[in-house]
Amino acid sequence: MAEKTETKTTKRRSHRGNSLWHDAMRYLLRQRSAILGMAIIGIMVLIAIFAPLLATHDPIISMLDVPEEASSGIRRRDPPCIHLLGCPEETPQHLLGLDSNLRDLYSRIVYGSRYSLYIGFASVGFAIVIGSVLGAVGGYVGGWLDNVIMRIMDVLLAFPALLLAIAIVTVTGPGLVNALLAIGIVSIPAYARVMRASVISVKERDFVTADRALGASQINILIRRVLPNAITPLIVQGTLGIATAILDAAALSFLGLGAQPPTPEWGTMLGAERNQVFTAPHLVFFPGFMIMLIVLAFNLLGDGLRDALDPRLNR
Amino acid sequence: MTSYIVRRLLLAIPVLLGILFATFAMARLLPGDPCRAVLGEHATDAICDAFMERHGLNEPIPTQFAVYLGEVARGDFGDSLRFQRPVTELLSERLPVTVELSLYALSFAIVVGIPLGIISAYWRNSPIDVGTMLLANVGVSMPVFWLGLMLAYTFAVLLQGTPLWLPPSGRMTSGMSLAPLYDVWNVGATEGGALHNVLAFFSNINTINALVTGSWPELWDAIKHLILPAVALGTIPMSIIARMTRSSLLEVLGLDYVRVARAKGLREFAVVLKHALRNAMLPVATIIGLQLGYLLGGAVLTETIFGLTGVGKTLFDAITSRDYVVVQVFTLVIAVSFVIINLIVDLSYAFLDPRIRLD
Repeated sequence: MAEKTETKTTKRRSHRGNSLWHDAMRYLLRQRSAILGMAIIGIMVLIAIFAPLLATHDPIISMLDVPEEASSGIRRRDPPCIHLLGCPEETPQHLLGLDSNLRDLYSRIVYGSRYSLYIGFASVGFAIVIGSVLGAVGGYVGGWLDNVIMRIMDVLLAFPALLLAIAIVTVTGPGLVNALLAIGIVSIPAYARVMRASVISVKERDFVTADRALGASQINILIRRVLPNAITPLIVQGTLGIATAILDAAALSFLGLGAQPPTPEWGTMLGAERNQVFTAPHLVFFPGFMIMLIVLAFNLLGDGLRDALDPRLNR
Repeated sequence: MTSYIVRRLLLAIPVLLGILFATFAMARLLPGDPCRAVLGEHATDAICDAFMERHGLNEPIPTQFAVYLGEVARGDFGDSLRFQRPVTELLSERLPVTVELSLYALSFAIVVGIPLGIISAYWRNSPIDVGTMLLANVGVSMPVFWLGLMLAYTFAVLLQGTPLWLPPSGRMTSGMSLAPLYDVWNVGATEGGALHNVLAFFSNINTINALVTGSWPELWDAIKHLILPAVALGTIPMSIIARMTRSSLLEVLGLDYVRVARAKGLREFAVVLKHALRNAMLPVATIIGLQLGYLLGGAVLTETIFGLTGVGKTLFDAITSRDYVVVQVFTLVIAVSFVIINLIVDLSYAFLDPRIRLD
């Protein structure tokens, strides 16, 4: 009986597995907001890859070190100068203006896309790997181990995420890598919980019992039976998690705990120029707008994926 | 219900112990020498030894933890290393700033978020719905510090000289102040007394102080200073509440009892507002409770931008200046209040929805 159920389930899953993803993709492509999200992410990825081609200047060097610029009368925090829009030809063109160190803001913004994407994917990747392992072990083994793991997760969740990340970075020292590790650690509980819930819902099902009766190893069961069932919620949580991670990383950088100057990271750029907001608002506006845009893109995609992958939703 | 409450309370104990340990460890793990961070780079070794001795920082770590637990149990948290004042005093001065800011931010989020969600659900799939939800999505994605700075620029610089001008920083215009309530009412004047502390706490919530003492110009001034930070901090919760209200309302609108209400011939307006809304509010209530934790984290950024010395800003400064005692006590207070809030949210949810406690 158990064997029969197992074959049936496997068959149905392999059939439905394809069609679930197929349906989900079709549904996703019908949602305008998800397409918008994907388009923005796609453009950001292209900007990050082709940054050296798109940037008009070096993102790090000051225009004072460029002889023809230095002699042209440019000043710190000059607003955008675009020749097509009537900026005098003799003034060098700076699409988004200059920052307090006479660097080209546009080029810095272009290079900044690399950092945001890197932070988003790296910290969420880290959190998913650690969180899934903890959640899977806890859920599968159960007992005191599960209890200890989940209580530690509860303690992590008891601190507001950003404050905990600030504390971790202060202990480990400011910097881009430490900031993304801190954000990764702070987001572990979310993934551990998702994974644990999936494991628990699957581990007592007949097809797993059958596997066990047939002598399949624990690891084998975990990877072949349990993981595929947990992938969907992890993907949704991960996509939305990237948005939060980018936002939190930007906040850490803004407070001076993330990427350090002169790194062209959007949060760092914004934090360094925040006192100029009243005199040179473009220095605050553009980096912040880019953060908002990329976070929005991941949020839209994440929402779309959640709707598309949720089989309970009637559509 | 009782067993559910007991179970939830028991579950909170290991978490609280974990928090106690975590706050203790966090403060000890901060790199750098607390003595030189507080007394300056030029403090001699002899001075530093005396400093470490005085604050018990030379004891073995387990002893320090035991001492810490004893202090927490007595509610005696010691003095801030940097300010040389009792931490509790610092807390009663700065917590009100954050509480006030958070309350206004949350009120903004609820007052704007719920109607937006209702409008969106009522005219579902219309351009109004699409527009509102796009707005909510943008709101969720907005970096607090960016929004704060842009609001400050717009209202303090661009609108300067118009009636819409709003102050970009501080809690009150300089020169204006409010007397502590214990002085106004001449009660609880003994420092350290419970009544004194409670009155001191509420005195520092400017809008409440001004309201109960009838100081109208001060009240208006305090409110004007609160608008921008509250909107900046409240925008993300507002967007989350709007989205939750919409989806929860749409789910309820598909239920049979709503169909019955419609079949009775009720107008859609009455169906949505009188019948569906009440049940749709359950998940919204949870979401509102969960936002409080976010507000405390976001308060660090908002307070930094708008020059408010609340809990968030004080904690951030204490972390960077290695003021162990303040870090320990402030994180403890934040984490414990977060746990208590979550507990209350869980319990109220069980109270509102019988299905939960029957599980």
